[in-house]
Amino acid sequence: MNIDAILAQTMLGLSQGVFYAMLSLGLAIIFGLLNVINFAHGALYMLGAFVALIGYSYIGPWLGYPDFQMGFWWALIVAPLVVACFGMLMERFMLRRLYQFDHIYGLLLTFGVALVLQGVLSNYFNISGTAYPATPESLRGIVNLGFMYFPKYRLFAIVLSVIVCFATWYMIERTSLGAVLRAGQENPKLVEAFGINVPRMITLTFGFGVALAALAGVLAAPIYSVSPLMGADLIITVFAVVVIGGMGSILGAIVTGLTLGLVQGLTQALYPPAANTVIFFIMVVVLLIRPAGLFGKAEG
Amino acid sequence: MKKTMIGAVCAATLTAVAATSALAAADGLSNGSVKIGVLSDMSGVYKAIEGPGAVIAAQMAIDDFGGQVLGEDIELVSADHQLKADVASSIARRWIDRDHVDMLVGMDNSAVGLAVQGLASAKKTIAINTGAGTVELTESQCSSYGIHYVYDTYALPVGTATAMVQNGGKKWFFITADYAFGHSLQDNTARVVKELGGEVVGSVNAPLSTNDFSSYLLQASSSGADVIGLANAGGDTVNSIKQANEFGIVARGQKMAGMLVFLTDVKALGLDTAKGLQFTTAFYWDRNDESREWSQRFFDKHGAMPTMVQAGVYSATMHYLEAIKAAGTDDADAVRAELGQMELNDFFVKNGKIEANGLMSHDMYLAKVKTPDQSKSDWDLLDIVSTIPAEKAYIPVAESSCSLVKQ
Amino acid sequence: MNKVFWVLLIVLGLAAPWLTYPVFAMKLLCFALFACAFNLLLGYVGLLSFGHAAFFGGAAYITGHVITAWGFGPLPGILTGTLFAMMLGAIFGALAIRRQGIYFAMITLALAQIIFFLALKLPFTGGENGLQGIPRGTLLGVFDLNEPITMYYFVFAVFMVGFLIIYRTIHSPFGQILTAIRENEPRARSLGYNVERFKLIAFTLSATLAGTAGATKAVIFQFASLTDVHWQMSGEVVLMTLLGGMGTLFGPIAGAAAVITLQDELASFGSWVQVAIGGIFVVCVLLFRRGFVGELARLVKAKSS
Repeated sequence: MNIDAILAQTMLGLSQGVFYAMLSLGLAIIFGLLNVINFAHGALYMLGAFVALIGYSYIGPWLGYPDFQMGFWWALIVAPLVVACFGMLMERFMLRRLYQFDHIYGLLLTFGVALVLQGVLSNYFNISGTAYPATPESLRGIVNLGFMYFPKYRLFAIVLSVIVCFATWYMIERTSLGAVLRAGQENPKLVEAFGINVPRMITLTFGFGVALAALAGVLAAPIYSVSPLMGADLIITVFAVVVIGGMGSILGAIVTGLTLGLVQGLTQALYPPAANTVIFFIMVVVLLIRPAGLFGKAEG
Repeated sequence: MKKTMIGAVCAATLTAVAATSALAAADGLSNGSVKIGVLSDMSGVYKAIEGPGAVIAAQMAIDDFGGQVLGEDIELVSADHQLKADVASSIARRWIDRDHVDMLVGMDNSAVGLAVQGLASAKKTIAINTGAGTVELTESQCSSYGIHYVYDTYALPVGTATAMVQNGGKKWFFITADYAFGHSLQDNTARVVKELGGEVVGSVNAPLSTNDFSSYLLQASSSGADVIGLANAGGDTVNSIKQANEFGIVARGQKMAGMLVFLTDVKALGLDTAKGLQFTTAFYWDRNDESREWSQRFFDKHGAMPTMVQAGVYSATMHYLEAIKAAGTDDADAVRAELGQMELNDFFVKNGKIEANGLMSHDMYLAKVKTPDQSKSDWDLLDIVSTIPAEKAYIPVAESSCSLVKQ
Repeated sequence: MNKVFWVLLIVLGLAAPWLTYPVFAMKLLCFALFACAFNLLLGYVGLLSFGHAAFFGGAAYITGHVITAWGFGPLPGILTGTLFAMMLGAIFGALAIRRQGIYFAMITLALAQIIFFLALKLPFTGGENGLQGIPRGTLLGVFDLNEPITMYYFVFAVFMVGFLIIYRTIHSPFGQILTAIRENEPRARSLGYNVERFKLIAFTLSATLAGTAGATKAVIFQFASLTDVHWQMSGEVVLMTLLGGMGTLFGPIAGAAAVITLQDELASFGSWVQVAIGGIFVVCVLLFRRGFVGELARLVKAKSS
């Protein structure tokens, strides 16, 4: 394999890695504050893609304005908002009742929600996928990177995701807002004493984590076909990413996501049969050496 | 010598038993009615391909037949096997034992198909598979009560590969779903390619549930192949075609060939992405007046044009009912014998024949996806390029490894 | 209270082939054993495994293979499958029990994914076709298992043996220690118990019995398929246990009965099965965390006091 081919596979790996990074980042934020593993994260990613698709192809005729189409740029904003609202309702009326019990109830609840979402959408949409035809004209076509032809759209998706990931990291680790969030996680009573509405903060944080999943879903819609099961298998891989990275760190989620995307990309080139299993094998090795994950704190 | 003697005795006994049981049931219907069970995936990946549409198709066949056979009502039951072989198996058992279902149709997904066929033949019930692709149904696990009606993984690649090689696509690269189904598709395609003087320059095995095929497409693109053969199905095929288009692979001169593509997949991709794609199909609604007439009636009820599987369900049900009428009984052995002698002809199949191993061998068609400019309506998606005669499309019955075929 | 359940279990168990369809009853018993084995871990040690399909399905494949390819009888076949599940359980357990709670769930899930890929890929598994046509054979050279009634009582015997093992385990000093670990792990540790070892033994036992259930299922249905090792199977067993009542002896049986009945009965309603199952999950977690049997026990207790 020559340098060009390696560079090319690196780019492809990166374009998968950004999705892992965005999803595991959302999971990490939710877990950090709520101690809930959101099994519905994959389903909400799928929901994000569907909001974009429905907004473009279906909503106009449904509402009686056949010409109305919500374009891609609008979808980037609207879909995360819609899904965040859904997520916040879910947090407010379901998850909140469970905080006093064992954390596994949160996992089980979100598992049930994921099944319902997938089941309902499977009723109305083709499981093999539906095309999302709304890629803006300016992002169509391919660019010659010298070592490969690369779709403009993927380049855009990589750049946008990386910006969003690091902006999120900066906000949580470096700003006063983030400091309150982290304090709320360590000692909610104390934060409450400062006059901050902790339950509302938790709801908003959950909404934000879920919005990241939805944003990833919208970004994925033009690349992969939009299908009710698009998140179901992905979420299992993302769980492995999260275990490898360790749940303690926001940065850990981002870095591990990107790195494992690259590793998977290179495996696809060097030894394809292992491409989908390599992450699970890495997970086993990491657990043997560092049970808390690469970036995790020792106790957990 | 001794062995042949025993064999002969066994055969004679079996024939005698079969004859008496046939005689016993020869006068009319068991338990007063004919019951047909559509067992399909109503919620998973095959939902659009078979699913509720198959139930509609079977009901249409019953209605068109007049709702009655040999003076008794024809009943229809249906269920969702949820892609689980155990669920399928327990439903089938209950249908056969308790509800006296006489014929099972559907059974997409090969694990479900093999499990149900095995069970049905142990219980002497006819199982017509319209949805699964595995050739095992009529090869090593064949049964005298199982019929494989629409397509198999042997028939699919033949027409596609032949046409593409003849049009100059000599060098092939395969992207193969890394499990038995994908490998079987690839082997069968490669065989045809090589027979016609083409060569396979490489292949890559993509794990199941890969959603990003770009890495494999890149390898295919740099292999210098003329044709990229997709030995996969469903979401995998849709994603690989979509991403090939995204990376401009087709635009730079390589051709894509899908080994298993359903009408609904083309619909999912959209003509802009799928245009020019060639594949083999058993049925296309717009092929002739007969198929158009039936498909329009189906469309009015289902809201979508039929896939080859749904059309196959109608055809299979219709022929089954005709066989009961001709045999004068719903006894499985008698009906199966009758089906084996029939020449199958309707809007779906021309000159079809059900072989001893249960294979319904029939003509297949090579289709090419239209460009958006050529398409005049929502469902105007394909051009039928050529017909692949049955004897070329399917494994010749003489070469079958099925134990029911007399060597 | 428990006496009533015992009588009910044995009477219903013996009469089942006449009350319902034998294969349905057998399937129910298999999943009931699976859920009971799972409950041993979730209900009595407080560990949520999301990878129990690996033991259930893994044993099904191994049993199917040794019966079909090596000519094993049904009983040695099931024992081989069970043994395999035990070894797999010991390995997974050793890796997973280093973490708790949610981490534990995710690790078991990911490990089970590896088994799924193996089941798809290994040459003997038949890929997506699954292992088909496993002969039921003759038990101990005497009982023909192709007879549905004979087969049923064999399955019932297997179930009862497994169930009694679980019952004995829970009511042994070992079981008491497990409960102590669930209630307060640091305290159990400070009392000098080797917590890791106890957890590992419990995990292995749970995996072994889940394997027995899977192996038996392979013999009943005469096939093993990818569904058995898929992660949704792991989810289903959680649902059964939760629905019936985790940490209760009889709850998982009731839960398994409910879910299996639902799957079979709702089959003619098409794609709403998944929605119904997901919905029940949500309602159960929100409102009936004790499950059927748990809530019933609470009601009875409240009345008598």
